[in-house]
Amino acid sequence: MATKKPAAGSSSRGSKKERDVRTLNRIVEVADGVAAKSLGGVEPTLQVPSRTRTNTIWNKKKGILQMGDGCQERQLFNLSQAKGFMQSLLHAESIKSLIEAEKTLSLRGMFYKGLHTVAGTKEKTFADQGESDGILEDLEVSLSALREELHIFAKKAGTIVGNITLVDSGDEIDCRHMGSGGYAIPSIVEPDVIQFKKCEAKFILHVEKNTVWSRFNEDRFWEKHNCILTEGGGQPPRGVRRLLRRLHEELKLPVYCLLDCDPWGHYIYSVLKQGSISLAFESERLAIPDAKFIGIRARDYIDCELSDDVQIALTDTDIKRAREIADYPWFADHKGWQREIATLLKNGFKMEVESLITKDISYVTETYVPERLKKKDWLE
Amino acid sequence: MTPSDAKPATSSPAESSTGAKPTTRRVGAKRDPDAPDSAKGASRKGAAGTRATAEEMASRQRDISVSEFFAKNRHLLGFDNPRKALLTCVKEAVDNALDACEEAGILPDVSVVIEDLQPDRPASAKSSRYRVTVIDNGPGIVRKQVENIFGRLLYGSKFHRLKMSRGQQGIGISAAGMYGLITTGKPMVIHTRPSVKAAAHHIELAMNTKTNRAEVTVDVETADFPPQRLRELTPGTRAIEAFLSADIYRTGTSVSIEMEGRYQRGRGSVDEFLELTAIANPHARICWVPPSRVAVDDEALLPVAAPNAGTGGAGAVETTEVGGVTVFPSGVAELPAEPREIQPHPKGIELGTLLQMVKDYAVTEKGGTVYQFLQDRFCRVSASTAATMCQAAGVTSRTRARDVEAPDVDRLFKSFEEIRLAPPPTDCLVPIGVRQLLAGMLKGVRAEFYAASSREPSIYRGRPFQIEAAIAFGGELPADDSARVIRFANRVPLLFQQSACSSFKAVAETSWKNYGLQQPRGGGPVGPLVVMIHMASVWVPFTSESKEAIADYDEIRKEMRLALMECGRKLGTYLKRRHRMRREGERRDVFERYIGEISRSLHGLVGADPRKVYDALLKQARSRTAIADDVLDEDGRVMRQEQEVLEDVLVVDRSVPAGASVPKGTRKGCPPEDLAGGLFDGAGK
Repeated sequence: MATKKPAAGSSSRGSKKERDVRTLNRIVEVADGVAAKSLGGVEPTLQVPSRTRTNTIWNKKKGILQMGDGCQERQLFNLSQAKGFMQSLLHAESIKSLIEAEKTLSLRGMFYKGLHTVAGTKEKTFADQGESDGILEDLEVSLSALREELHIFAKKAGTIVGNITLVDSGDEIDCRHMGSGGYAIPSIVEPDVIQFKKCEAKFILHVEKNTVWSRFNEDRFWEKHNCILTEGGGQPPRGVRRLLRRLHEELKLPVYCLLDCDPWGHYIYSVLKQGSISLAFESERLAIPDAKFIGIRARDYIDCELSDDVQIALTDTDIKRAREIADYPWFADHKGWQREIATLLKNGFKMEVESLITKDISYVTETYVPERLKKKDWLE
Repeated sequence: MTPSDAKPATSSPAESSTGAKPTTRRVGAKRDPDAPDSAKGASRKGAAGTRATAEEMASRQRDISVSEFFAKNRHLLGFDNPRKALLTCVKEAVDNALDACEEAGILPDVSVVIEDLQPDRPASAKSSRYRVTVIDNGPGIVRKQVENIFGRLLYGSKFHRLKMSRGQQGIGISAAGMYGLITTGKPMVIHTRPSVKAAAHHIELAMNTKTNRAEVTVDVETADFPPQRLRELTPGTRAIEAFLSADIYRTGTSVSIEMEGRYQRGRGSVDEFLELTAIANPHARICWVPPSRVAVDDEALLPVAAPNAGTGGAGAVETTEVGGVTVFPSGVAELPAEPREIQPHPKGIELGTLLQMVKDYAVTEKGGTVYQFLQDRFCRVSASTAATMCQAAGVTSRTRARDVEAPDVDRLFKSFEEIRLAPPPTDCLVPIGVRQLLAGMLKGVRAEFYAASSREPSIYRGRPFQIEAAIAFGGELPADDSARVIRFANRVPLLFQQSACSSFKAVAETSWKNYGLQQPRGGGPVGPLVVMIHMASVWVPFTSESKEAIADYDEIRKEMRLALMECGRKLGTYLKRRHRMRREGERRDVFERYIGEISRSLHGLVGADPRKVYDALLKQARSRTAIADDVLDEDGRVMRQEQEVLEDVLVVDRSVPAGASVPKGTRKGCPPEDLAGGLFDGAGK
């Protein structure tokens, strides 16, 4: 392997090269086990820590979701697991070659890398990218390596703008001069890729989606209030969550979330705050237990004197989902959230952030958010 | 032959006493048939207002020739429409040909040729003129019998005996000739060669319907047998070496009838008839040359037997088609055993019949005793049984037949019912046999599973009969239709009036759901299934003269149902096993599919020897799905299931197209050597 320039930064997990060596060793270790069992006439299996709700532990002290010790065996000689077994090995092989070539691939790229027709049949190794993505997440946990350590990244989704200067792979990015589009948050934002250079901002405002973000950016909200403005395109991808967490942790910036008033918005907040079930193993690096929810609140319909027109009726799925969220252990004993969800259900309708536009185009940027921040009126 | 010495058939004692239907339709008193036709002139003599007197009526009452009767009522014999007429003609000729060959101990080779004599008719024409020719390699017919056989109705060898044969009444072929004569005016043309040493006869004859006698128009000797003209008819007939070859047709008979008819394929067609005949007669070879121009609204080919295009599948004997000529080859090389004539059995006789038999015996055997009568005129009656019967009837062993009174006969009849008797002898019945049934089905039906069963002979009305059933399942049969029921009586296919037939009722009565098939309420099973039922009997009870359906006797239907259940059980077992094997096979398929990928990945990951890993994993996969091996026989498409399964079941693997070469050791899901080689190429480089 040709030696490249030393890794730009280092983290608790060691230098990039060290981490690559460790990942490779881990892959070889697993593959050796499979080969030995195969040759020895024993059914080969893979140990995959299970990413299910039952294997997710709510760490109340830390305020995050963590993955338990539960493990599933993936067997070759099991009808429902045989294909997954083969796919795991295919991807393991691809990852090995990626690391050796010191290249990275997108999730979609990995899907194509592993894609071919199974010899002697008409069946493709992967039916769609979804299958491939699932296998890769399994590999992350079974190799106990992060996605970036497997040299895989996701597509960019999420935007940042504000009083901060970043360094991305050696290039300086001044987030104050990003025009109307903002800077797209990369999928890998580890310290060896992105460093924070100069930051005047005092807090972070994270909004749910791009349309709301544009409203705030056009009104130069981040300039007036000296903050960083981000959005995650709905459910924020890992890159956005990791960047928020780093800004919060390393620069001690509080994170405020402006999300829709519906079960989906509540779930986004939940994921930002304590992590998700499927990525529970990453919560330690992603969750922001101190994140705050400033709106939209169910009571805003009355408080802000909104018109009837902004109501969107709750569907049956919404109601079911809201009740589930209310039962999450991290919401169950939180009076504020119990009240919030109860009001939402009592209202019988949901509201989007954009509903505030019915008051005034800039009501949300000039009145709503500043007032809430001033009054410290939020849910935690 | 002059009209005066030709007695009307109806007045001949032999025929009138038999009670056959045609003769019972005779109307009025017997009268001299040669009297002038004065009846016409004698009518309308009475004064206006008064009707005919008994005298006048008597003058119009006269004999009806059986030929005249059937000329008017031709639908009774199966000539009701042009399409059916064509079929009936072929059917009668083929039945006769096969009967003749078997009786003479010759393996039948029958050729059927239909020529379209009006190929230029408008497409809309409802019917056309055809020449039907049926040639067999049978024993031929001696010259003096030709007129009787082809020119008279109700003349035959098969009516008066209790013996199994296709024909029964002696109506068939002469009726076909008569129909031809009525519709086209053309006489029948017969070539027959009874001896290898002599030349063949060429005879043309027309039936005189008034006298029920033949009028011969041409009678010459000829060397042209089998007729050379037919060999040169189409490219197909020229291409087939064995078609009408002089080596096979050393003796034999050829019958040509010109007739008005309609050729159309599909249900109830000549094609179907021959196809089914081939199934029930696996020992016969049948060549079939259809007319070159067919009716425009031709139905699609029968699903049951799409002939194999000229390849002649390896192993199994299958129907082939060359240039429009279909050849149904013989599946077995031995003739069925010669059926034996028998006496009636006491268990199935009726009181009236017994009385008549005693009377007849007293007349023919002057001074014969009842004791002797019982042993002579019944089967399965030994001396001691006869003594027991006499005792029960209250007569001694010396009592003469002419001395017994009606009450004695009544007691005798009762003793028949009470006494234990062996069933009638079975050698009078010649079943097709399970092996031949399977061979026949295999020839005509492209299925995957075949089962046959043969019941022990049983009796209805004192006549022994035997039921055989066979089923074919899967393969290329249509999966969503009702099962097709094909019916045979004494090896003759029955094509019409299915729902009136006892066999069809038996199929609907059988509970097919028990064997893994669907069955709507009150109907037959649904699925890729062909059900075949054969009744062999010394006298098949048909519902009509045209022999289209078997009458619904409880004893017959019960036997049919039992035979079907036997077949059904075999099918049920097979389906269950197949289901299990399929499931295991699928499991193995899944595993084996991925093993190649896995071994290659492991090579890339840790440098493991892909071939070794592949073999090791394959071994594991095989042992884990060992059940699947039950189906995956290494070679041969036709295979018998395990030894314990009898010879009455046959399984054909239709997944391999006929004629395609199968590399040895190749299994589905397992990459053959070269492919596996490619799989690992580059893995180590």
